[in-house]
Amino acid sequence: MKRTVIPIGPYHPLQEEPEFFKLYVEGERVVDIEMFLGYNHRGIEKLSEAKTFDQSTFLVERICGICSTSHPFAYTQAVEDMADLEVPERARYIRTIIGELERIHSHLLWVGLAGHFLGYNTVFMWVWKCREPVLDICEKVTGNRNHYAMFKPGGVRRDIPNEAKPEIIQMLDKVTTFMQMITKAVLDDPVLHARLKGVGALSKEDAIRYCVVGPTVRASGIPRDIRRDYPYAAYDRVDWNVVTAEGGDVFAKAVVRLLEIFESAKIIKECLKKMPDGPIDGDNKTIKAGEGIGQHEAPRGEVFHYVRGDGGNHPVRHKIRAPSYVNIPSFKATVVGETVSDAALILASVDPCYCCTERVTVVDRHSGKEQKLTEADLVRLSHEKTQKIKKELGEKKSPLERLNLPKPGR
Amino acid sequence: MTPERLEEIKKKLGSLVKNTVVKSPRRIYLYVEPEDSFKANKIMFEELKARLCTASGIDTRSSIEILYHWGFDDDHCVLTVKTQAPKPFPEIESIAQFLKGAEWIEREITELLGVTFRNHPKPGHLVLDDDWPEGLYPLRKDFDQIKRGFRE
Repeated sequence: MKRTVIPIGPYHPLQEEPEFFKLYVEGERVVDIEMFLGYNHRGIEKLSEAKTFDQSTFLVERICGICSTSHPFAYTQAVEDMADLEVPERARYIRTIIGELERIHSHLLWVGLAGHFLGYNTVFMWVWKCREPVLDICEKVTGNRNHYAMFKPGGVRRDIPNEAKPEIIQMLDKVTTFMQMITKAVLDDPVLHARLKGVGALSKEDAIRYCVVGPTVRASGIPRDIRRDYPYAAYDRVDWNVVTAEGGDVFAKAVVRLLEIFESAKIIKECLKKMPDGPIDGDNKTIKAGEGIGQHEAPRGEVFHYVRGDGGNHPVRHKIRAPSYVNIPSFKATVVGETVSDAALILASVDPCYCCTERVTVVDRHSGKEQKLTEADLVRLSHEKTQKIKKELGEKKSPLERLNLPKPGR
Repeated sequence: MTPERLEEIKKKLGSLVKNTVVKSPRRIYLYVEPEDSFKANKIMFEELKARLCTASGIDTRSSIEILYHWGFDDDHCVLTVKTQAPKPFPEIESIAQFLKGAEWIEREITELLGVTFRNHPKPGHLVLDDDWPEGLYPLRKDFDQIKRGFRE
């Protein structure tokens, strides 16, 4: 069998993270994958050494544009661990609420994109429409749709006024009602079952070997969740469940994300109810020397920060590990053996801050012939497979179309 | 982590541990010699079933400190195995030989801090630019950003 190399990446104009995947293909099957990164290494760890502990919060917020609060969340905890700072109770609840609002909008973003990849653009349109009110609430509470600048070592910068509570609860009810419908539609859809089940399965053993985190590991049946395992902020003060699924395939990952949205909504509501009055900031003026570790369960998995200080204004060393850093290498275990039409979907299933499926070149190793595949081509391949399954199953409509919803509009 | 559990872990590691710092029940630091680092980390992963959160390196002028952060999820504790690889040629055995999850981070430490990981299954360029000068390590303290033209 002739072996073909398909490079995916490194740049995609719509996504923030350039990465480069080389797929080795025999016929339709992927037989090997190589990954390259570093096209956009911004030297943030080095940069942080030149900033004060307070300034670094804003710096790390800019690491990710989708889950922007996860890095400050982990970073501030690392500084607090290093300098033994106490966080006031109210600030703990506010942190939890911001973190969970972010999880909801990040998961909604993923569900929409997954719908687009599968050829269900109705899902894409509706879910992204549903994401808007979440961002509106973020803007109301923090002043920004993203990059909230809410965190600081020892507390938070802004309070959530009690008057804002009813509006947040109202929005959450709206989102959960809608997502219940979507989740039911997705879970009952025979085409999606046929299309996603057994695709790109990550076994328990591989999940452990690659040290994967977040929904990627929970979909493999391992109940690993930083919020429960290393309780922080107000997560141990509210009642919620760790969502897991079996199989580790794309379907399981989708199920985990969909169900986590409801858990997040539950956490926010309970936090709003239990949030005590009081200060939101410890008002710390000095910082001790030492070393500290901060962890946060971001929408994509554990964010890990290690900070060391010598008693001065700046960190001596600031190590940052984002969840995709450990999740992406697991492609080697999931993509190999699958078809090219599933590759884009599997790569997307770990939600790797999307990774650039633009500018794909197919090179035939033997003839040296090149064939260019764009992201549109990859999406088309994926759509064609969904259509084929639909035809086989005699399904004509997408899960949402069967619900007879009005046309999406403002 | 309970003190009993820590004793159990230290018993498994035996004489490899040279020093223990318990910062809090959730943060524990163990010191090992550079030649024992591989053995200690192997026990962490294979016998104690810990999860590698990540590794990091720090330039301490006379040596490079290498830290492997292990998450003991059931004990709600991050246990860090520290070692000091002396300069000018810091070198330790690679743990990526038995743990896939350590492959990238060890390559990254090699690039940014100039630590050699012996017997790494897949060494090579990871995060820096392809034409980055050899032997120049940006996270070392003697790396001068201004002189190099990276900063004004």
